[in-house]
Amino acid sequence: MGAQRNPPMPVTVIGGYLGAGKTTLVNHLLRHAGGRRLAVLVNDFGALPIDADLIEADDGEVLSLAGGCICCSFGSDLMDALMKLPARRPRPDQVLVEASGVALPGAVAASLALLSEVALDAVVVLADAETVRAHAADRYLADTIARQLRAADLVILNKLDLVAPQAQAALHAWLETMAPGAKLLDARRAQLPLEAVLGVELGARGGAPVGSLRSGALQPPPTVVADALFEHVEIAVEQSVDGRGLATALADPALGVVRAKGILRDRDGTSIVLHVVGARSGIEPRAVADVVPGRLVCIGLKGRLDRAALRATLDRATRTATNLKEC
Amino acid sequence: MITIYRAKRILTMNPARPEATHVAVRDGRILGAGTLDELAGWGEHRLDDRFADKLLMPGLVEGHSHLMEGAVWAYVYCGYHDRMDPDGRIWPGATSIDAVIARLREAAQAIDDPARPVVGWGLDPIHFGAARVRRADLDRVSAERPVGVMHASFHILNVNSAALERGGLLRRGIEHPGVPLGDDGLPTGELKGPDAMMPVAPLVGFDRELLAADERGLRLFARLAVRTGVTTATDLASLLPQNAVDMMLGVTAEPGYPLRIVSLLRLMNQTPQALIERALALRALSTDALRLGAIKIVADGSIQGFSARLRWPGYYNGAPNGLWYTPPEVMRAVYTRALETGLLVHTHTNGDEATDLALECIEAALQAQPARDHRFTLQHCQLADAAQFRRMKALGMCVNLFPNHHFYWGDEHYAMTVGPERAERMNACATALASGVPLAIHSDAPVTPLGPLFTAWCAVNRRTASGRVLGTRERIGLEDALRTITLGAAYTLRLDHEIGSIECGKRADFAVLEDDPLEAGAEGLKDVRVWGTVQDGRVFEAAAL
Repeated sequence: MGAQRNPPMPVTVIGGYLGAGKTTLVNHLLRHAGGRRLAVLVNDFGALPIDADLIEADDGEVLSLAGGCICCSFGSDLMDALMKLPARRPRPDQVLVEASGVALPGAVAASLALLSEVALDAVVVLADAETVRAHAADRYLADTIARQLRAADLVILNKLDLVAPQAQAALHAWLETMAPGAKLLDARRAQLPLEAVLGVELGARGGAPVGSLRSGALQPPPTVVADALFEHVEIAVEQSVDGRGLATALADPALGVVRAKGILRDRDGTSIVLHVVGARSGIEPRAVADVVPGRLVCIGLKGRLDRAALRATLDRATRTATNLKEC
Repeated sequence: MITIYRAKRILTMNPARPEATHVAVRDGRILGAGTLDELAGWGEHRLDDRFADKLLMPGLVEGHSHLMEGAVWAYVYCGYHDRMDPDGRIWPGATSIDAVIARLREAAQAIDDPARPVVGWGLDPIHFGAARVRRADLDRVSAERPVGVMHASFHILNVNSAALERGGLLRRGIEHPGVPLGDDGLPTGELKGPDAMMPVAPLVGFDRELLAADERGLRLFARLAVRTGVTTATDLASLLPQNAVDMMLGVTAEPGYPLRIVSLLRLMNQTPQALIERALALRALSTDALRLGAIKIVADGSIQGFSARLRWPGYYNGAPNGLWYTPPEVMRAVYTRALETGLLVHTHTNGDEATDLALECIEAALQAQPARDHRFTLQHCQLADAAQFRRMKALGMCVNLFPNHHFYWGDEHYAMTVGPERAERMNACATALASGVPLAIHSDAPVTPLGPLFTAWCAVNRRTASGRVLGTRERIGLEDALRTITLGAAYTLRLDHEIGSIECGKRADFAVLEDDPLEAGAEGLKDVRVWGTVQDGRVFEAAAL
C-alpha cells in the first residue's frame, strides 16, 4: 500500500495556559510556513483562532489557508482528527496540535503512540512571562502548569518585553527548574523562526529526493527577532556515522543545540533521519536512497552554539575527518 | 373533557394536601387532587377506574441522564447486575468472564453478516477479582470479526485481536498508559480512557457523539422512561448540532412520544460568547416536550477514572490528581454571561477541588452580575463536604448527587479511590438537606440504569454491592427521597412550577405504580413495580409498549 511507504507525519504539540500565546504562535507559523504544508488542529476558546486574512476557504470542517496549510477544529475528538489527516491530499508535511489551556501536552504527546501514521516531533509549551509564575502558584492551576512545563521539549517564554529586565534572569532560572531538559526560547508576540519551533525540513516531503537541499535549506523568516536570536550551522557529512550516538550527543545541553536535523548514513549503510529537539533525540530509517554527502543542520541561540564542541561531537561520531562548512 | 382518575392512593408531594384518592385532568393538566366529590365540582367528567388498585405519584424526574441509555441497547448487555432493556426484558447479570463470552458468542451467532462487529456493554470486571478480560477471551467470540465490550463506566473498552489489528494497535512498542501490554509485548486488548479507545471504538460501533443523537436511541430511551415511571428526563449534555435538534424536536412532538426531555448544551470548544448565543437560540426553539437553552460545563473527570480533581490529600491509593476540563476563566465568563441572560448552568464537578473551583467562580460571577433564583446546580458533586454544602446554600445553588455510585462502585471507593472516611461522606444527601441545599439525585444513565426509585433506594440505604452500608449518617428518609426524585429534580431544572407534584395547575404527569413505595419501605423501594406513566394527560402502559 502506497500510504505505508510514507514516513509518519511529524506532530508538534503546542501547549500552555490560556493567554500564553498559543494562537498567536500558530498564526505566526502559518504566516511564515515558507511552503511547508502545515495542518493545524485547534481546540481552544480563542474568539478567532486563525487570522481571517489567512483563510481561503471554509468547508465547515476544514479551513483552507494561504500557502497550502489547513486548519481543523477537533472539538471533542483529537484522535479522530489525527487519524483522518494522513489520508488528506495533498498530504500535510507537519501537524500542529494546539492543546487547550488546561490540557496536559505530555498526555497528548503520549496518545500519538497509538497512531501508526503520525509521530511526535516535539512538545512546545508557551509561558506568559507576565503571568506564568502567578498561575504556577495558583491553588487550582499549580500542578497543571507544572505538568505542562515538565513535558516540554521547548519552552517559549513569551511576552518577555512586558517584564522588567532584572526579573528576566530570575524567570529563566525558575523555568530551568520547572522544565529541566527543555530548551528555553525568549519571544515577543510569539515571533520565532519556523525552523526553531518546528524544525528544519530536509526534503522530507513524501520521500522526495534531497537534491534540493543546498545552502538555501535553512531560511529563517525575515523577521528581526529571528535574526537577532538564532543562528545555525549546516554541515556536510561525508562519512557514515553512529546515528544513535550522534543524536544523543547533540542533545547535550553544553552544545547549545535547540533543534537539529540530519539526513545521514548510519554505520550499517542504511539511510537515517536524525532529529534533536531540546533533550529529545532519535533516529528513524529512511525509505528513500540517499545522495552523499549527508547533511546535518543545527539551530541554536545566537552565540550559544558551541562550534568546536559540535565539530568534536561529529568527529567522534564519524571517527574520521568531516568537512565543517558554515552557511 | 375532564377525566377523573381513581387510585388506591395518590402521593401528591403537595405539602398542603399530601394524599388523595382522585385526580382530575383536563387538557393534559391537573385540575386538582382530592375526593371524587370535591373534583366533581369542576363539571361534567368521565370517571376512569383503571388505576383503582394502583398508586399514583408525580411523574418521576431524572435530573442527570443521557439519551445514550436508549442507544446502547443496540449492543449486547454484559453487565454484572440484572438490567431491564427498553422492551422490559430483564437481562440477568453476566457474573463471570465465561458468562460474558458465552453471551457475546450467542449474539455473534445471531448476526449473519460476517463483517459486522460484535459489541457488548456494561462490563464491570471489578466483580471478577483479579481476573481481567483479555483479547484471547474475546477471540473466542470471533477470530475474524471485531469484538468489543464497553465497561459500565464507559471509561474502558476491551477488544479482541481482530479489532486491535484493524485499529493498528496489534503491534509491539506501544507506550501508552491507557494500553496495558501482555508478556508478548502486544496490547492485552484493554483500552483505558478516550485516547486509547478512539483508534478502535468506531470499528466496534462506539461513537459517543453519534450515540448521543441517535433517533432510535431517543425512542428506546422513552420506553425505558415509561417502564421506570419517568415523565421528564434530562439529556446532560450534548453538543446539540442543529440536525440533532431538528430530529429531537420532531420525535418529541409525536403524539405517542411519552417523555419530556430537557437537553443541555455542553461547553466544549466554543468561546463563552458563542456558547451563550447558541444557548439563547436553542432556548427560543424550546417546546413543551423538548426544553432547550440550559448549559452544562464539565469541570473535571471521574473519581473511578482518577481524573477527578481532589483536594489535599488526594487519592487514597496515591494516584496523581486528575484533570481540569475547563479553565477557570472560561467558567467564570460563562457563569457571568449566563446570569446576565437568565440561562441555567449545571456544572459537573466530581472531586471536591473541582467543587471548590466551581463555587469560587460562581461566587465571582454573582458579585459581577447579582442574580436571585439562578438555581445553578452542581452535578455529581460526589465528594462535597459540609462546608461546601453551606457555601452552596449561601450562593443560592442546587446540587444533584449520585447515590447510585455507592451501590456500583462504593466498595472500590472505600478500598482504593478516596478511602473509608471520604467514601462514607460521598454523595452526602443528608448533609445537603440539613444545609438547606435543594437536592436532586440521579443515575447518570447509562452509567447506571435509569430508574429513580432505585436511585432513591440507594440514597435511603447507601448499600454497596458487597453489602456494606457506606455512611449510615448520610442516609435520607424515604419521604425525602421520594420528594427528591420528583419536586427536587424539577426544581434544579426550573420546572417545579410545572411538574414534580400533583396539584392544581400542574401538568398531568404521573408515575403509576403497582406497589406503594411508603409501604414497601426503605428495603423494598427498589422492588416497587411500575405499571407505566401518564404524561401530559396521555396514558402509557409499560406492558403495552
